Amino acid sequence: MIISLYIMLGLALLLGVVLGISALLFKVEGDPLVARIDAILPQTQCGQCSYPGCKPYATAIAAGEADINQCPPGGDAGAHALADLMGVEYKPINAANGVEKPKAVAFIDEATCIGCTLCIQACPVDAILGAAKHMHTIITSECTGCELCLAPCPVDCITMLPIAENPDNWKWKYPVIPIIAVPFEANNAN
Amino acid sequence: MNAIINFASNLIRGASSNKDVFKFNGGVHPHDHKAESTTLPIAQLAIPEKLILPLRQHVGYIPKVLVQVGDFVLKGQMLAEPEGTVSAAIHAPTSGTITAISEQVIPHPSGLPDMCITLTPDGKDTWAQLQPTDWRNTDKKRLVDKLRASGIVGLGGATFPTHIKLRTNGKSNVHTLVINAAECEPYITCDDMLMRERADQVINGIKIVQHLLGAEKCIIGIEDNKPQAASAMTAACANKALQVKVVPTLYPSGDARRLIHLLLDIEIPNDKRSTDVGIQVFNIATVLAVYRYFEFGEPSINRIVTMTGNVEKPQNFEVLFGTPLQSLIAAAGGAKADTTHYIMGGPMMGFDLPNEQVPITKAANCIIATAPDLFPAPPPAMPCIRCARCADACPVNLQPQELYWFSKSDNFEKARDYNLFDCIECGCCSYVCPSDIPLVQYYRYAKSEVIASDKGKEAADLARERNEFRLARIEREKLERAQKHAERAQAGKAEIKSVEANTTNLTLEKDETLAHAQTTTLAPTDKQAAIAAAIARAKAQKVASTPALAADNKSSAPTTNEAQATQDKQAMITAAIERAKAAKLAAIQAGVTPKNIENLSATIQTEINETDAIREKINITTKTKVAD
Repeated sequence: MIISLYIMLGLALLLGVVLGISALLFKVEGDPLVARIDAILPQTQCGQCSYPGCKPYATAIAAGEADINQCPPGGDAGAHALADLMGVEYKPINAANGVEKPKAVAFIDEATCIGCTLCIQACPVDAILGAAKHMHTIITSECTGCELCLAPCPVDCITMLPIAENPDNWKWKYPVIPIIAVPFEANNAN
Repeated sequence: MNAIINFASNLIRGASSNKDVFKFNGGVHPHDHKAESTTLPIAQLAIPEKLILPLRQHVGYIPKVLVQVGDFVLKGQMLAEPEGTVSAAIHAPTSGTITAISEQVIPHPSGLPDMCITLTPDGKDTWAQLQPTDWRNTDKKRLVDKLRASGIVGLGGATFPTHIKLRTNGKSNVHTLVINAAECEPYITCDDMLMRERADQVINGIKIVQHLLGAEKCIIGIEDNKPQAASAMTAACANKALQVKVVPTLYPSGDARRLIHLLLDIEIPNDKRSTDVGIQVFNIATVLAVYRYFEFGEPSINRIVTMTGNVEKPQNFEVLFGTPLQSLIAAAGGAKADTTHYIMGGPMMGFDLPNEQVPITKAANCIIATAPDLFPAPPPAMPCIRCARCADACPVNLQPQELYWFSKSDNFEKARDYNLFDCIECGCCSYVCPSDIPLVQYYRYAKSEVIASDKGKEAADLARERNEFRLARIEREKLERAQKHAERAQAGKAEIKSVEANTTNLTLEKDETLAHAQTTTLAPTDKQAAIAAAIARAKAQKVASTPALAADNKSSAPTTNEAQATQDKQAMITAAIERAKAAKLAAIQAGVTPKNIENLSATIQTEINETDAIREKINITTKTKVAD
């Protein structure tokens, strides 16, 4: 009786020490859950989720403050992935946050642009190039399509252009087997 | 049991005539339909009314256009130069005028338009100045650099820029050059006809490529359904250190890795290239293009195309790049009435062309006119019965049935784990499937979805990085601004001090100079006057800039200044204390007590009392001291 008690006590102490050491050795910097949620989010940094960017939204989800259905650019697939990761029920995107749109990039009408730099300050990924009183332009490859530059433009010279399908981004389609209407008589004959 | 099987197979192998040809797993035997287009020799196709040259004719980056609309160009002149490492040039196939640089439908499975240069020929077909190269006496590196401007890409269909494959960085470990002349896909005969008619040129081309690679050995792999080509090649290389190997007809023996396996019994690991094991593979038509470029200076402007299928006179044609498909169809006697559409490439791996106006490009080795009786529509797909015939047929040893399940259910990660990207899309699995499932279409779908999602992830990572960088920058700028403000405040204080010090110094100097002048009376009086004036100016300036310290100026002694400053400070402190006291008094008079002294425990109350007592004591002592 006493021996077994000692054994258990000894084990508990030993394991405690092991756990304590490994907690120090394998200390995780930051919250890995936030990073994993952030990896799913589309990084448009659009703020439609009512948080100032994807990282803050990820932090809020991890803290249980935000729901998983507030990211319209992530779309249904994003909501599914977040539901899987968080182990919660899937929810369709909250319409209050916006609707999923085809991917687009901003386009500055360079003739109208007055060079006010307001859009440059609004762009979350520094994808707008320009200087005060000089024409601005969008670096297409870096634009996330967040639409944050639309509101501050005083002359409304920025429009969102959906990305057209071209041979570069074209994808093979899911094979569909066409349904052929069999004539009625032929069907009856069987 | 195994021993018996091994013994039996060894016996059979020993008995077979092709002792030095090996076998890969799987493969199929479709009807080859090659005889139709080999009855007539290669014909030269006339220059069409206009040539449409897509910029996207090869694997890699789009080349940069060098010409403008309205420019007159000569045959062989460069129209677009390669941009980036993996890119190829585009040359004018004939002389004429550039009439448009616009988007036009290109031969691509998507059927989408892309940037094309339209050239209207003048009919004179005038060559630009050609510069043949003496390849035997030129540095290899220079030769490869020259090849970059040739526009030559792999003409077997993969269209990979040839100069990349010949880059050796000074030392090449390629010991064997394999010439791919297997041409395993049904209907295609362009390489067959090329070997029959131009074997000597091909051999010369092989010599150049062998020289560039430094490969000691060269094997030409030809399928046994092309005996004439094989004998022509054997005759042409009779006295040279080349080896023509005839491989049994089995689709897809023309795939580079399969051919290496057949000829050398070497299986290349899926994550390695053939050059890692010292083997480089070239298509036979590419080798010929290399020869023509170095020997005559002719860039890549044409190729041999098989026009076959449901046309009146199937034949091989030497076609200028950019020739609209309809010219080729017309040259082959026109399409038969029941032709539905055209396939580019072979029936196993090719794709449907969107219309008859699309141009012939560097990738177009064969055009097949299709008809319902030639290519009957596949019956509706039935459920997979897991018979694993596809696995038996797969030349890459994949599990097509598993890949099918994962692709069908959009389980792309799993498909990737099952080496989806090793699939060469040869179509053997679809060919043998008893349920007529379009397996390759599923793999293509899965592949492009995976590629697109990878690209999306890359873009998201870039966006994240840029966003984080921006936030860090904003933070840094804020800090810098705060620091600058602090520095400026500091600098302001220092300036005041330095001005004060200057004034003192100047006064001293003045005294000195005056004394000097008085004793010696040598210095010119105007100079003295100027100095005096300057001092006066400085004084006036100082007075103006620091009116608060104007009073101190009179005494102009730093010690008094400091004393004054301490006095002022003291006065301000006492004033502040007075104010605080007055406020406290007013609060007490108004009956307001500090909020945090309600509901105090006994110990805290005693503590407060003690502190108050100490404070009182200090007050008394200081007062007495002040009085003293």
